[in-house]
Amino acid sequence: MEREVQRVRQAFLSGRSRPLRFRLQQLEALRRMVQEREKDILAAIGSDLCKSELNAYTQEVISVLGEIDFMLENLPEWVTAKPVKKNLLTMLDEAYLQPQPLGVVLIIGAWNYPFVLTIQPLIGAIAAGNAVIIKPSELSENTATILAKLLPQYLDQDLYIVINGGVEETTELLKQRFDHILYTGNTAVGKIVMEAAAKHLTPVTLELGGKSPCYIDKDCDLDIVCRRITWGKYMNCGQTCIAPDYILCEASLQNQIVQKIKETVKEFYGENVKESPDYERIINRRHFKRILSLLEGQKIAFGGETDEATRYIAPTVLTDVDPKTKVMQEEIFGPVLPIVPVKNVDEAINFINEREKPLALYVFSHNHKVPVEWELIMENILSILFLISVPVY
Amino acid sequence: MKDTPGSTNLLTKLDSAFVRKEPFGLVLIIAPWNYPVNLTLVPLVGALAAGNCVVLKPSEISRGTEKVLAEVLPQYLDQSCFAVVLGGPEETGQLLEHKFDYIFFTGEGARSGSVMTAAAKHLTPVTLELGGKNPCYVDDDCDPQIVANRVAWVPILQRRQTCVAPDYLLCSPEMQERLLPALQSTITRFYGDDPQSSPDLGRIINQKQFQRLRALLGCGRVAIGGQSDERDRYIAPTVLVDVQETEPVMQEEIFGPILPIVNVRGVDEAIEFINRREKPLALYAFSNSSQVVNQMLERTSSGGFVGNDGFIYMSLPSVPLGGVGHSGMGRYHGKFTFDTFSHHRACLLCPTGLEKLNNIRYPPYSDRGQQLARWALGSQSCTLL
Repeated sequence: MEREVQRVRQAFLSGRSRPLRFRLQQLEALRRMVQEREKDILAAIGSDLCKSELNAYTQEVISVLGEIDFMLENLPEWVTAKPVKKNLLTMLDEAYLQPQPLGVVLIIGAWNYPFVLTIQPLIGAIAAGNAVIIKPSELSENTATILAKLLPQYLDQDLYIVINGGVEETTELLKQRFDHILYTGNTAVGKIVMEAAAKHLTPVTLELGGKSPCYIDKDCDLDIVCRRITWGKYMNCGQTCIAPDYILCEASLQNQIVQKIKETVKEFYGENVKESPDYERIINRRHFKRILSLLEGQKIAFGGETDEATRYIAPTVLTDVDPKTKVMQEEIFGPVLPIVPVKNVDEAINFINEREKPLALYVFSHNHKVPVEWELIMENILSILFLISVPVY
Repeated sequence: MKDTPGSTNLLTKLDSAFVRKEPFGLVLIIAPWNYPVNLTLVPLVGALAAGNCVVLKPSEISRGTEKVLAEVLPQYLDQSCFAVVLGGPEETGQLLEHKFDYIFFTGEGARSGSVMTAAAKHLTPVTLELGGKNPCYVDDDCDPQIVANRVAWVPILQRRQTCVAPDYLLCSPEMQERLLPALQSTITRFYGDDPQSSPDLGRIINQKQFQRLRALLGCGRVAIGGQSDERDRYIAPTVLVDVQETEPVMQEEIFGPILPIVNVRGVDEAIEFINRREKPLALYAFSNSSQVVNQMLERTSSGGFVGNDGFIYMSLPSVPLGGVGHSGMGRYHGKFTFDTFSHHRACLLCPTGLEKLNNIRYPPYSDRGQQLARWALGSQSCTLL
């Protein structure tokens, strides 16, 4: 492991990855890889998550191509030095900020969107002139294998390498020294990554998760709200870091919400969800069992059907959920949607603030008096992504 | 503080996309002793400007400042949003067991590892303003007197207990011969024949640091200065020559008025020397040739870089101060401080009407829908995740 990292470091020290032309060439090669080998890539993602080619394309490949194009268009400008304002003492000087590569970057990918969550950071790392070690998630085996096969065929083989393996290999890798580590995954492992990075004073980017709340105000168009939530929640079988994890709303709304989600699920996935080509499966048996255990003792208002052989869990909604139960203690990362009744928006805000800051936060309301309250919410609730539905003006 | 609008693509054209800067929450600022007022208050200003509450831990080594800050700050700041905590390493360790939303640490590299490890337990983001050995390359093609003035100036002012001060010089033996008299002449001009009696020279902060520095005087050969006075914690502005890379003076950040000169033959050897070592906080290069200065800039990495001067960029709020590698992570000064202490929250406000337009993103999916989606997401980057 140490030898591999050293090899990549030597390649970086040669200076090859720094010139703009080289970076653009590598990005163009990556683009060619995605286009020429699209079928192989889609097949790999498809086998990992039981995802149709169409969905694998729109959920992953399209973002990667978009990101590469965006980088190719803007990189020539981004690499240039940016002059800054000077004062009297420095009037005769040239003062500017010059972006420079950090060195050897480690990217640890995730399994839920195994292609884009590994390649999108790679694109940025290459664009910034670094050498990169890519460690795809071992849970999405087929994608990990295809990446190890394809990347060396298109990219510089000494500057960008793929290292595959499980917990043991990743632990060994984290003992090595990097100049930046980007990790996508769960909070518990995030802490391990940061602790390992601390030994070398390596800066980290941690894309984690959490329980993303979704507040539904009594004054909203429930039809539209439920369509949007159904879409966000059950995409990729709920295995999305920014999926609405649970709903907060007044108790009286629960039945309507359940009904409308039920109707939307039928519209999206048909009478027999199991047969829909647009509905994925849980990544592996361990997560399947984990999600199943969250249903224990809960009031299943809709869904709840499972099939262990195919790792299928039906789109499920739970009502009158007790915040102290297991389903409200961990990130669900599955197609189970608990509804926790609250009295009003203030109680919702308190509920959210008592918990860890989420990655995403969703609010649905039609009430234009409410923007004032939403200002309060926005001041009180701190999270990465905040989506709010307001009336069209 | 204003929201920064973000560009939208066709799928989000009717939405309002923006980045809102919000406070993190509770910030811990751990400050050092070398510029005890500035390095405590400048981060504090940024943290408060970004809307955070702050716990301040000034350095116990700069005792006078510590006392004044603890007495004066609560008289001016809201006491429910702000607190000063006093103590040494043990108390700091206890403080670090608590959860903060951001930790800003200025100090030595050796302590920073434990700060980041403690932060990792709560996944607390950190800024670490550290230090290191800042090289100063002096090319053969430059005026030694100008170099001497610019290098000896501010660093000596604070007894070179400055994280961005040039720590050591790299130059050829021939340039060294020309530099030494120039340095001597500068020191005499700034501080007189008896620098110990000059009112413009500070003292070493405490006995421990004094002893450490005095031991370094045994490295290489003293070419200028070398005197010390224990009662006064005074060490004369000193230049050492014939210094080996393996000697203690080249192994640790000096943080004192001792300037070692290491000989190299030309800019290539200097670059190799620098790149063999940890990335410094500041890197200085003196040369009349802009080619040489550019080579130094392009082939090395450091927090900051200065061509043909010894310090001045610290006075520019538009240029951030921050390290890379072992010299630190994160940066601040001016707007960079505000940005450091702000969480940049991505926001999207969508209309509830015109739901029909969203139909292409809902299942069941068809080839036609996919084509539309491909076109709509288009050339502007969009991540569905």
